[in-house]
Amino acid sequence: MIEIKDLHKSYKMGSNSLHVLKGINFSVEEGELVAIMGSSGSGKSTLLNILGMLDELDEGSYDLDGVPIKNLNETKAANYRNKFLGFIFQSFNLINYKSAMENVALPLYYQKVSRKERQEKALKYLEQVGLKEWAGHLPSELSGGQKQRVAIARALAAEPKVLLADEPTGALDSKTSYEVMDLIQKINDEGNTILIVTHEPDIADMCKRIVHLKDGIILEDKKVNQVRASQYV
Amino acid sequence: MRQLFDRDTWREIFQSIKKNKLRTFLTMLGVFIGIYIYIVLSGASKGLDNGFEKEFETIARNSMFVFSSSTSKPYAGFKTGRKIQLKLQDVKFLRQQVPEIMAIAPRNVKGIFGTEPGVVKRGIKSGNYSVFGDYPEFTKIAPKKIYDGGRFINTADIEKERKVCVIGERTQKELFNEDEEPIGGFIEIEDVSFQVVGVHKFAGGGPFDNDSDIFIPFTTFKKLYNTGDNVAWFTIAAYDDADVIKVEKNIKAVLRRIHKVDPTDEKAIGAFNLGEVFKKIFGFSNGLTFLSLIVGVATILAGVIGIGNILLISVKERTKELGVRRALGATPTEIRNQIIIEALVLTLLAGLIGIIFGAATLKLIDILTANVELPYTNPTVPIPYVLMSLFLMVGLGILIGLIPAQRAVSIKPIDALREE
Repeated sequence: MIEIKDLHKSYKMGSNSLHVLKGINFSVEEGELVAIMGSSGSGKSTLLNILGMLDELDEGSYDLDGVPIKNLNETKAANYRNKFLGFIFQSFNLINYKSAMENVALPLYYQKVSRKERQEKALKYLEQVGLKEWAGHLPSELSGGQKQRVAIARALAAEPKVLLADEPTGALDSKTSYEVMDLIQKINDEGNTILIVTHEPDIADMCKRIVHLKDGIILEDKKVNQVRASQYV
Repeated sequence: MRQLFDRDTWREIFQSIKKNKLRTFLTMLGVFIGIYIYIVLSGASKGLDNGFEKEFETIARNSMFVFSSSTSKPYAGFKTGRKIQLKLQDVKFLRQQVPEIMAIAPRNVKGIFGTEPGVVKRGIKSGNYSVFGDYPEFTKIAPKKIYDGGRFINTADIEKERKVCVIGERTQKELFNEDEEPIGGFIEIEDVSFQVVGVHKFAGGGPFDNDSDIFIPFTTFKKLYNTGDNVAWFTIAAYDDADVIKVEKNIKAVLRRIHKVDPTDEKAIGAFNLGEVFKKIFGFSNGLTFLSLIVGVATILAGVIGIGNILLISVKERTKELGVRRALGATPTEIRNQIIIEALVLTLLAGLIGIIFGAATLKLIDILTANVELPYTNPTVPIPYVLMSLFLMVGLGILIGLIPAQRAVSIKPIDALREE
């Protein structure tokens, strides 16, 4: 599903440049649940941004579902993001003046899906995250956990190839975190490919594979026995 | 284009406009005030324009009065201070030598210019009235509204020196009882019996008009007051396309030649040029229209710039939202169009409200001034002006929307998302 070869990325900081990713080789199969771990500055967010086509790579290659991702202009990147990727952010990033359902329907709007179909799908995914009866509520009327579940529903709505989650439980208490992880595991059980950036070991343990980054290289890449979050809920 | 006709686009836009009502209101206020001022000002100046037009509809636009006085320079053996008398024969020369003249009416009068008014009697009623000696041609220059059943002096009256007269409304009221039919009735002017052939309606206009006057044929006047071929003044109308100032100069020159006056003597032959006055008045109202155009356009411009400014702030505020939208698959074009359409909707909405309020204000002014003596009638803004201002707003709205729109897409989604 994801194929990365010899990926380099550096940022210019004034006169000197900062080499953040120093040759990453990394691939993800369909249906995997991967945790990308590392301390801050290890390059894990940069890697996720490149995977999310929000940032460009300097060297190396990146194939997503067999499509080489390079030299994208903004419009093409937007179309690929819309087609291939679903984003889950640490701070949820819901649009505050849109109801839960409208937020979930937004990626479908950019896919030019008809209004009726959008609403049906949005409701379906809200139901999947257990928030069907909250469809008409604004984000400000929802708890943190509920907001993240709406965000997950939004990421799912576009039916992407890969879900990218950047510290999805970073802003939540541990109980809510486990609820969200339980939801993510269930989604993974249905065959969705998910990448999670986290620095919390207990969250990483709930994935099927852990990739440790340090100073821009992969330190460790191991498959783990998944801890089911449902036992904590 | 697809975006423009998509109901969802409009929902998106109205949602984001509705989100911050105060900001939207303040944004629109500038354009609203601009278009409002423009509509009211140009409507008012149009009203003034119409008012002047109505005020002077009873007299030809490019007409003038030409009269004589005493010379102020010696010439051809004559001493200075010689009294010049205009004569009936002058008409022929003027017509020959000044082809721009459309109509020329020699006039005589008793009752103004320091002459004694005519003594008019009817039975036991009597009074003093201005008596004019006129040619039918006079009505070509200053049309008189004659009440039904009556007429003005005609050529036959002149030829046969008929003792007929046209009286003013007030003359009629003072000399006739209310139930009496004035047409066909007789009045005595200087003890000579005249038959009334018409009653003219009073209409404000020329400087010597009023409603207590009596018009009699020029030839009859001549016999009645023994004025010979003397003419008090000429009322002259030039053709519409003639330059009245030049015509006036030519007429004066011809008269100076006939009466042997120094060509540089400005005092001997005088003229009051209505055409010139009209030019000034209409120049004034044109200037007013132009001024209101400038003021209006400037305020609209200021308002539109205000919209651009506030949208710029709005884009900055929504950086994160726009980043999220782009992460979810919005293309830069879609984001840009959304901002531009927002600017456009705000401008147009504010503009339309301004036009409606402006029109209502004009209507109100019209109602309030209906009974006031003001040269002010039917204040309207010509439709092309309204359309022009609308187009201006659309154009400026799009143009000004481009700035925040470009700003919105120039931020990379990753930077937009990072912003807290």
